[in-house]
Amino acid sequence: MLQDNLLTILILLPTVGALALIGHGLFWKRENDYRWIALLFSVITFALSLLLLTRVGENSDAAFRFEQKTLWIGAIGSYYHLGVDGMSLWLVILTTLLVPVSILSSWNSIKKRALSFYVFMLILESAMIGVFVSLDLLIFYLFFEASLVPMFFMIGIWGGERRIYAATKFFIYTAVGSLLMLVGIIALYYIHQQQAGAGTFDYLTLLDALKSGRVVITESSAFWIFLAFAFAFCIKVPLWPLHTWLPDAHTEAPTAGSVILAGVLLKMGTYGLLRFNLGLMPEMARRFAPYFVVLAIIGIIYGALVAMVQPDVKRLVAYSSVSHMGFVVLGIFSFTEQGMQGALYQMLNHGVSTGALFLLVGMIYDRRHTRQISDFGGLATPMPWFSTFFVIASLSSIGLPFLNGFVGEFLILLGTWLSTGFSYNWVATMIAATGVIWAAVYMLWMLQRVVFGRIRHGENARLSDLNAREVGLLIPLLILMLVMGVYPRPFLSRSRESVVAVQQRVTKSTGAAGSFSVEVQENKQR
Amino acid sequence: MFLLLQANTTELYSLRDLMLIAPELILTVCGCVALVMEVVLPYRKSKWTAYFALVSIGLAAASLASLYFANRDLFPLDGFYGMLRIDGFAILFKAIFLIGAALTVAVSMRYLDVEGEQHGEYYALVLFATVGMMFLACGFDLISLYISLELMALTFYVLVAFTKREKRSNEAAMKYFLLGAFSSGILLYGMSLLYGVAGSTNLGEIGRSIGVALQPSVNELGMMTSGIPLRPLILLGVIALSAGLFFKISAVPFHMWAPDAYEGAPTPVTAFLSTGSKAASFALYLRIFTEALGGLRGTALDWAPLVAIVAAITILVGNWAAVTQENSKRLLAYSSISNAGYVLLGLVAGNSYGYIGIVIYLLVYTLMNIGAFGIIISLRRRGIIGDNVNDMAGLAQKAPGMAAMMAIFMLSLGGLPATGGFIGKYFLFGGLLQRGRLEEKSWYYWLAAWAIINTVVSFYYYVRFIKVMYLGERVADDRPLALSPALRAALVVSLIGVIIIGIYPQPFIDLAQKLITPLTAGALAFR
Repeated sequence: MLQDNLLTILILLPTVGALALIGHGLFWKRENDYRWIALLFSVITFALSLLLLTRVGENSDAAFRFEQKTLWIGAIGSYYHLGVDGMSLWLVILTTLLVPVSILSSWNSIKKRALSFYVFMLILESAMIGVFVSLDLLIFYLFFEASLVPMFFMIGIWGGERRIYAATKFFIYTAVGSLLMLVGIIALYYIHQQQAGAGTFDYLTLLDALKSGRVVITESSAFWIFLAFAFAFCIKVPLWPLHTWLPDAHTEAPTAGSVILAGVLLKMGTYGLLRFNLGLMPEMARRFAPYFVVLAIIGIIYGALVAMVQPDVKRLVAYSSVSHMGFVVLGIFSFTEQGMQGALYQMLNHGVSTGALFLLVGMIYDRRHTRQISDFGGLATPMPWFSTFFVIASLSSIGLPFLNGFVGEFLILLGTWLSTGFSYNWVATMIAATGVIWAAVYMLWMLQRVVFGRIRHGENARLSDLNAREVGLLIPLLILMLVMGVYPRPFLSRSRESVVAVQQRVTKSTGAAGSFSVEVQENKQR
Repeated sequence: MFLLLQANTTELYSLRDLMLIAPELILTVCGCVALVMEVVLPYRKSKWTAYFALVSIGLAAASLASLYFANRDLFPLDGFYGMLRIDGFAILFKAIFLIGAALTVAVSMRYLDVEGEQHGEYYALVLFATVGMMFLACGFDLISLYISLELMALTFYVLVAFTKREKRSNEAAMKYFLLGAFSSGILLYGMSLLYGVAGSTNLGEIGRSIGVALQPSVNELGMMTSGIPLRPLILLGVIALSAGLFFKISAVPFHMWAPDAYEGAPTPVTAFLSTGSKAASFALYLRIFTEALGGLRGTALDWAPLVAIVAAITILVGNWAAVTQENSKRLLAYSSISNAGYVLLGLVAGNSYGYIGIVIYLLVYTLMNIGAFGIIISLRRRGIIGDNVNDMAGLAQKAPGMAAMMAIFMLSLGGLPATGGFIGKYFLFGGLLQRGRLEEKSWYYWLAAWAIINTVVSFYYYVRFIKVMYLGERVADDRPLALSPALRAALVVSLIGVIIIGIYPQPFIDLAQKLITPLTAGALAFR
């Protein structure tokens, strides 16, 4: 019973929590209870999400588990269809983990309108889980859009100085992208209707029809549909040059908002690319791969260089996101098992490491009410715990061996090197690899100026170190950094077959029009 | 001739005919009673008239429901010698009007109190306007349609001027009256041309005659006629009719009256004007253009490109003009203009998807727009206008529930998924794509893309309300809102409607599909 409806329960539970919060707020108005209720619901959701591991075991095949399918809008053939596979499994768990962590991080810093904050947080959690588990394009679109509204409020209400500008920019950018995706979704529906009789939004039905050749997307339609989807996802990733909303949104958002934004919302973009663009239109993916690789590499280098010169720690971390997400896109479009597995792994890494960095920046901001690098220096003396965590999280973000970032970046670079989808892959690998060096430059330089050295400002000497709550919420992320860096097998072995299925689909598919026959070498590993 | 003969030999109308218009009869009688009540009741008790109006709308709704359930297998039913036609289309639209009227009465009570204009005749006028709308939905003859249109329009002229002491209200009514009368004239001109071509005022007869007139045929002298001499007449008739109707639905370039009238009118009247009156005009538009002129689709006289161009421009102008507005009623007026453009897309599509889209969208639009105006009403106090966008500043702190409702109405107007607005827009745009695929013409796709791009623009100004309510620190003032139980109830009903249609639209779509399908068949019968 629980197992069969697990995904629905995971989606609904946070919303139920939000309703409970509203009910509580209407009748009791006890400010201090809100965070406890929110924490309770998010922790239960996290615990339940771990049950997903029971059916998606190690080396499990690419099939979807926990599937649920009920007719939703019969008139347009849309189903309430959920399912989880190796690709979405870890993203769901990452979501359910980061939400309680960010609720804990807002424990004392969100004073203003706390009720609304936690309500939005829980609704956001529902939407994010929904995005990763929906197997119907219309439902996917619904959750994709639904995640937009609570985030808009979180940036807009609890953000920094320029929060309204940042929130509006975020909303408009994402809305434009997702409306284009809607056009793509409807186009797919009609193509299926034209060729198979009945239209469908069902991902698996579409995939089956496309695989078996019952439905063929003509080259020109595929071109536009691919672009429509890619545009929506690339804004979300964000891929250079569509990234300009990100630094503003990240910098202005409250700590919890930044964590969720970096940790989960950006992954919706790369997840969408992997699942829909590559899965549904593999020929177009191959055709566009060189462009994506170039943009990804530009993003890696550009993000790193801009991060280097930021005077604001949070903005620095935001630009490092552009760089890291560039790696993810690079890995996806390498079309090798290593590259794509690495991309998926790097999505999780980025969620954990960047999430932790944003949390730490938030903690120091709560104490000092500034994020300027020049206002700090020598924090290691008054705040040893903070400094330790900050150094470890930064090193993980750089990709130091034995920490999680290394595994992901190594796999991506390896995959790019082995890639045969585009020429000059070794050039691409080499340029991208410099991104790791740049990351070391901007991160270590920032560490040097913030954590080490002499105390240059008197007030920094009196800063209190992390308290038990703050340490407690960082510990899980820290453990994950170490475990994922040392023993990635439980993660990679679960996602492997699903990723390979997509990879095989891209490399093996023959062009519908036969006009672009890229020679793709079979992966030597398999 | 036939009609005259029949009239001489049989009675003028039968009891069955009267049964067909039972809901309208109930409303008419109750409207007259309401007028008497206004005279009889003391001033303080004027609100009783409002409750009476609500009850009579409920009675009309019940009789509409019984009419539907008793005859649903017999549709279409003609009454009064073809003057009226009761079919699924009419029932659906009548239901929308009754919902709109009930919500309007509910949001009006408090407003009229605040303005000190609590008069019973207001509610009588609302009832009469509703009667006009309902006859518009079921009229099947140019004459009955025109009379119903005038009944509706005349009551609205009075309603717009209802706050007698306010200059803006009078100014708005004057503008609305002049332009409305002008547009009625043009409409009548178009109707007379159609009558000239077809020799009948019955829509079905017109449809048949036009079909025949455009067919190549052999005349008495044995020569081929292709109906070409009639073409300019038909064309002129279609253009004049369209122009008149574009006025009524406030489509560009005949939209100028709308912002002024909407801004100046008492807010509940604005709500009713932008929903009920607009939906009724669309019912008229659909009825004439499918039943009488549906045969022109696909011929040299196809009116779809004309409507498409007007829709495209309307969407553009409505959305872009709304961006710069500061007055929330004026902003919603421009939003209403752009929404008229979206609904026109359903007519351009002209298939079951498009018609379902029109019906669902008009229903949702009625709910969300009256809801939005209801919240604007709750902000109003005597002496303070309270309808500036910035008057909503800090509403989220002052009244979180109201702010949340307003936010949902705005997101639904923008067409965010999981709200009713999305489902309506989905069907409207989907209908265009379907039509484009069927006819293999790419301009349908471009039109859909155009509409979607402009939807993004609309997000900008809908989100502005949310921004003002939630994101600002400043609170406009901390005086309590002007709420009443009826207003609250109306808002909650609208909210539930918008959300249910957004999350589980299946029953509504099924109903709309079942009731609207005959219309599609009629429109395509000639092809």
